Amino acid sequence: MSDERAGTAASVPDSGEPMLGLREMELNFGPQHPSTHGVLRLVLKVDGERIVSARPDVGYLHRGTEKLFETETYPMVIPHTDRMDYVAAATNNHAYCLAVEKLLALEVPKRAQYIRVLLDELQRISSHLLWLATAAIDLGAITPFFYTFREREVILDLFEDYCGARLTLNCMRIGGLLEDLPPGWVERTRAFAEVFDKNVDEYEDLLTENRIWKQRTVGIGVLTAEQCIEWGVTGPPLRGAGFKWDIRRAIPYECYSELDFEIPAYPNADTYDRYLVRVAELRQSRRIVLQCCDWLLRNPEGEIRGKVPRVIKPVAGDVYAAVEAPKGELGFYLVSNGGNKPYRLRVRPPSFINLQALPEMAKGHLVADLVAIIGTIDIVLGEVDR
Amino acid sequence: MTDETKPPTPPPAAPAAAKPATPPAPPKPKGPTVNDASADPVVQRLSAALPGVVLAAKELVGQVTVEVPPEKVPEVLRFLKDAEKYTYLVDLTAVDWKARVPRFDVVYWLHSFEKGNARIRVRTGVADGADCPTACNVFLTANWMEREVWDLFGIPFAGHPDLRRILTWDGFSGHPFRKDFPIEGIDTGAAIYPDRYPEGGGPSGKDSNKKVVS
Repeated sequence: MSDERAGTAASVPDSGEPMLGLREMELNFGPQHPSTHGVLRLVLKVDGERIVSARPDVGYLHRGTEKLFETETYPMVIPHTDRMDYVAAATNNHAYCLAVEKLLALEVPKRAQYIRVLLDELQRISSHLLWLATAAIDLGAITPFFYTFREREVILDLFEDYCGARLTLNCMRIGGLLEDLPPGWVERTRAFAEVFDKNVDEYEDLLTENRIWKQRTVGIGVLTAEQCIEWGVTGPPLRGAGFKWDIRRAIPYECYSELDFEIPAYPNADTYDRYLVRVAELRQSRRIVLQCCDWLLRNPEGEIRGKVPRVIKPVAGDVYAAVEAPKGELGFYLVSNGGNKPYRLRVRPPSFINLQALPEMAKGHLVADLVAIIGTIDIVLGEVDR
Repeated sequence: MTDETKPPTPPPAAPAAAKPATPPAPPKPKGPTVNDASADPVVQRLSAALPGVVLAAKELVGQVTVEVPPEKVPEVLRFLKDAEKYTYLVDLTAVDWKARVPRFDVVYWLHSFEKGNARIRVRTGVADGADCPTACNVFLTANWMEREVWDLFGIPFAGHPDLRRILTWDGFSGHPFRKDFPIEGIDTGAAIYPDRYPEGGGPSGKDSNKKVVS
């Protein structure tokens, strides 16, 4: 282990002395750097190769989405939620619908709940696959990209067959769903999930015991569970710090309490453990997909939309609803004044809040490791800037 | 602030009468109702530890909101974090009520891992132009959230270590999430071309660069 880690950033001794005996230098990282996954700019203070401080500068993609929400009626808001975390649109739809349904006291039919959870978990798989591909490419491993995109393509095709869109799904409605599943869809999804475990083995063969992968990730970007909670960091970074907390179990919504799955957690709080958590979540999501498919095959008929009033006018008041998005806790805080448009709709974006901990994680590492750290937080700038 | 006597009185009435009664008095229960939550044990302990801070406590769909005066916010958050183990600040945001007298609401919601994932919301009214004390000394994560509220609503947080704009750019004029900010936006060239655009104002009507939005 010790010689395996020789030469990695974790082993660079921080003597407190200037690395090159030179002044600190300011360095712009992004917004056009390919590893920033969009338009993230980091202002680095570097001492030689070592990062003294990192200051994220966000907002390049700010579109005032929350302001836009206030001008649209409740059903019209849903397509806008797609555009925040655009690689995980289903969970965005879901969180928003949950908030409105809570304020309307709407009951969602069981069948709609299972389809929603099925879509959520497929979305989680596709989001994690995209993360795995890009995070590995950032560190020089291009092969996993071809494998993960092969499976991601299958999922996007399934989404396309269900709702016509591949990324911006707009697939849920307040009170349930717009359409039932097309014939044969569940069988195809089940067939995909059945073999998916072997696909995950393939990714793991490429990376889990890969010497270079481990050298680039073990001990990089440590953020302990206490720090995570203090910074409000949720999702895989929190579970990668050994803290078993997931909204699907902590504050169950829809039919998650009826499903059998585990919350993976690994103790070392570094980039490598966050990778392990996400890979384990791929397998757990597959289990949920299988269970949902089986339930839907046993119950092929049923309502998919609750008793939704023709004009949606929730009572005056405020409500918060959250789901476990692939990136962490995604919440919608809805303030209604009794009208047919949200008076204020605040999004609690996991990417934005997780990104805030980046300077803490990057301090003392090498510039090359910053790429691994940006990758491991798994940000989508559409959601950071909204 | 004068509601100090309020919390002790309602406990016998509120929880007992709410559930079993429901006579046909409200014939159309169109949705959930706002209930008084001053009997909630956390609210009780909060008003016992910090007398006078709880202006009101309400409950809607099981979510408890405590209203406190703005100057007491750090104290209340500190009490909830240390004594009540609400260690995770889920989110912090603001709501603009335009004509209301304290114009803004600043809302915090907290989560407790120890107490079975319980959540509580703290709300405070802040007047236009008035300061709200920062929560950064209690929760590190409040830093960016408060910067966002400052940027978009223009509520200054007193004592914030780094209160700069975060989503709009430095030099942007105005606070876009205020209700009186036009949805079609203002001319953002104001700061770049001060000779062409007066500060804080939009383009003049005859300007050919005027943005046309719907």
